[in-house]
Amino acid sequence: MTRALGWLATLGLIGGLVMGFGVAPREVTQGNVQRIMYLHVPTAWVAYLAFGIVFFASIGYLWTRSDAADRLARASAEAGVIFTGVTITAGSIWGKPTWGTWWTWDARLTSAAIMFVMYLGYLLLRGIIEEPEQAARYSAVLGIVAALDVPLVHFSVYWWRTLHQPPTVMKPGPVNMPPAILAALLVNVVAFTLLYTYFVVKRVNTLRREHEVLA
Amino acid sequence: MRFARRAWIVVWKDLTIEGRSKETLNALLFFSLLLLFLFQFALGPDRERLASVLPGLLWLGFILSGLLGLGRTFVGERENDCWDGLRLAPGDKSAIYLGKLAGNLLLMLLVETTLLALFAVFFNVDIGPAAPGLALVVGLGTIGLAAIGTLFAAMTAQVRARELLFPVLLLPVQVPVLLGTVKATEAVLLGEPLGAVAHWLRLLAAADVVYVAIGVLTFDFILDG
Repeated sequence: MTRALGWLATLGLIGGLVMGFGVAPREVTQGNVQRIMYLHVPTAWVAYLAFGIVFFASIGYLWTRSDAADRLARASAEAGVIFTGVTITAGSIWGKPTWGTWWTWDARLTSAAIMFVMYLGYLLLRGIIEEPEQAARYSAVLGIVAALDVPLVHFSVYWWRTLHQPPTVMKPGPVNMPPAILAALLVNVVAFTLLYTYFVVKRVNTLRREHEVLA
Repeated sequence: MRFARRAWIVVWKDLTIEGRSKETLNALLFFSLLLLFLFQFALGPDRERLASVLPGLLWLGFILSGLLGLGRTFVGERENDCWDGLRLAPGDKSAIYLGKLAGNLLLMLLVETTLLALFAVFFNVDIGPAAPGLALVVGLGTIGLAAIGTLFAAMTAQVRARELLFPVLLLPVQVPVLLGTVKATEAVLLGEPLGAVAHWLRLLAAADVVYVAIGVLTFDFILDG
């Protein structure tokens, strides 16, 4: 079952590569650099999905005290941090040729960066507490705080950057997407969601076996 | 009414201890003064330049002294092995949270008022006309900072490397509060009407409500081992 999911994700990623490099046309103004979008946008979506699942799994844990919910929260947070890292790195590489800088305190960049450090802190807390039940309880509370903080961070950073600075030409990508580009993007979104699911299932299984061995 | 009374007992206990030892308040006031010196030394004596970064410096000072003060919320319980006492206290544990939060608010507002007065003297700022607006912004910001700070202090009290973990967890979560308060303080000090920063004040109020609600709802899980 897990293996099938892994193969499905692999197929999806291959399909995504074919769509991104073969089917989707070369973007007129940015050229081939724009193809980073097929990595950048899906990983960003998966990161938000992952942290959303951490939120619900955390509530689930506090509600039922089921170890399965805790393992799901942990696995999802780990995957989410990885995907946020990929999003930021890909965005940074994309930013250099299009905006002329690796990093700018643009609203969405900043909120992604804050989300990244917030969940790094979550993993740090998990790593530092040795007692598993205490680690699960504390990180569930932190998972709820962090998830509810994300919208606040988003709004504050958006106002911080946009009300006092007029929007610059810092919006990459075409505004109206041609169908081929949109299709390539969607294939990649599905592929990366499958990859995320595979990571989480695999990690949850490992955590469960770890638990069984130690118990 | 029983609930309010239980919260008050926690406040009263902490205030009595602090009133007799004065260790946290005295050290924090001294720390604030040192921060002021540090800012002066690091940024040079140019008053014009200092004035332009004043709101940021002010909140940096509040947050740094807040980190030290809030981190000590449960030091008394931990050092005197009274953690189980808190856990065994009858009734809803959120009363303990609200009591601790009220005590922290009082402590932080005292330190912040002092720091503000020191800034006014050393940087030659006239805060008189801005005082009502400033009080609102400082109040809203401090509630947000203390609400999450109190919760995280409980979370890190029993954990290894707590001095390190506490700021690392608290700072990213406090970004909205920091941005909102700095922007609103800037506007208030420039004499702009509060309406100009209404969106920031609403954000701060929303953050306060969310943070206090999370604290009340989840504190039980932190305390109850």
